Amino acid sequence: MLRGLSFAVAAGEAVHVAGPNGTGKTTLLRVLAGLLAPEQGSVRWGGRAIVEDRDAYSGSLSYLGHDNALKADLSALENLEFATGLRRELQAGEAGAALERVGIARCADLPARALSAGQRRRLALARVVLALTPLWLLDEPFTNLDADGTALLAGVVAGHVAAGGLVLLAAHQLPELPVRSLRRLELA
Amino acid sequence: MASALRAVLLLYRRDLLLAFRRREQVLQPVVFFVMVTTLFPLALSPELAQLRQIAGGVLWVAALLASLLALEYLFRADHEDGTLEQLLLSGQPLVLLAAARTAAHWTISGLPLVVASPVLAVTLGVPAPALWTVAISLALGTGILSALGSVGAALTVGVRRGGTLLSLLVLPLAMPALIFGARAVALAIDGGGARGPLLLLAALCVLALTLAPFATAAALRISAE
Repeated sequence: MLRGLSFAVAAGEAVHVAGPNGTGKTTLLRVLAGLLAPEQGSVRWGGRAIVEDRDAYSGSLSYLGHDNALKADLSALENLEFATGLRRELQAGEAGAALERVGIARCADLPARALSAGQRRRLALARVVLALTPLWLLDEPFTNLDADGTALLAGVVAGHVAAGGLVLLAAHQLPELPVRSLRRLELA
Repeated sequence: MASALRAVLLLYRRDLLLAFRRREQVLQPVVFFVMVTTLFPLALSPELAQLRQIAGGVLWVAALLASLLALEYLFRADHEDGTLEQLLLSGQPLVLLAAARTAAHWTISGLPLVVASPVLAVTLGVPAPALWTVAISLALGTGILSALGSVGAALTVGVRRGGTLLSLLVLPLAMPALIFGARAVALAIDGGGARGPLLLLAALCVLALTLAPFATAAALRISAE
């Protein structure tokens, strides 16, 4: 689907992967995440091909896909604790603070099935934030978010980039992103 | 390694918690097991002497089919809600996560069968000294099926209606276990020593448990593409 694509991203940069439906935005992000192997070429992180040490690479990225990866039967807090706990040890109160940050603290004990689509997206966003990884791969992160949530996400992304993080996000329309270095990667 | 171990325990705990919140999933295999074994006396004859002769086979076939019933759900839910991708990207060794998932699956679907089996064995006229053999052989047998099944479930997780394919993949591989297991129970019922087939069964179990997580992990990576 994708061919002849080559680019490098440095720390402190945000890349907007743009393009009409079906041009391979999701495919590109999945290849970058290591979920999909490219037929030709390679993805390199810190100069090394990601297949050389998959676990180390996975440990340094957070991926937000179309699905929010939530368990409907677990509460918002439990979802966050389990998902983040798999990656690193959580301090007490850390998960609660993250829920507060994405504005769904009052839903902490509700099962994920009872949350609205926007709230679930916020919960998934909290997982990305809590993973404390340098690389974020966000696939249509603004889906289902209201104006408030969109501004919140834009702020979180900007904060991550300002702190030396690296964000690639696929989106149709990008809201105002207050970052210094925003590149646009147009797929056709 | 410490963090990998923590992740394994956490995943195991999560699966038990999820099963606890969805109790029908835990009950389904046991109910099936009980129903099938009670159908045999109705269909054949309530004569205990006659039932005793087929008890080993009935218990084993029913238990295998019951745990097969639960296999399809092993990775399906995780695949559908995107959790599987997150497991693949968690930065933890996938082999260990696969093993944790399989262990949890056995606890949820295999262990209840093992616990129920002595009671059902009594209703089929199995004498008391042979009850231990029934439970031990089924503990090993369901363990083998969970391990083999995790490979099959990982391979078919992306396939729509993969249930039939899964049984075709897993049941032939489980046949040696069935042969040794049913034989062990039959020997114990006749009052003989069931040590030989039980040890062979244990060897199969160890083999399946050590190799299956690697195959499952590889299959999950393929299925996630």
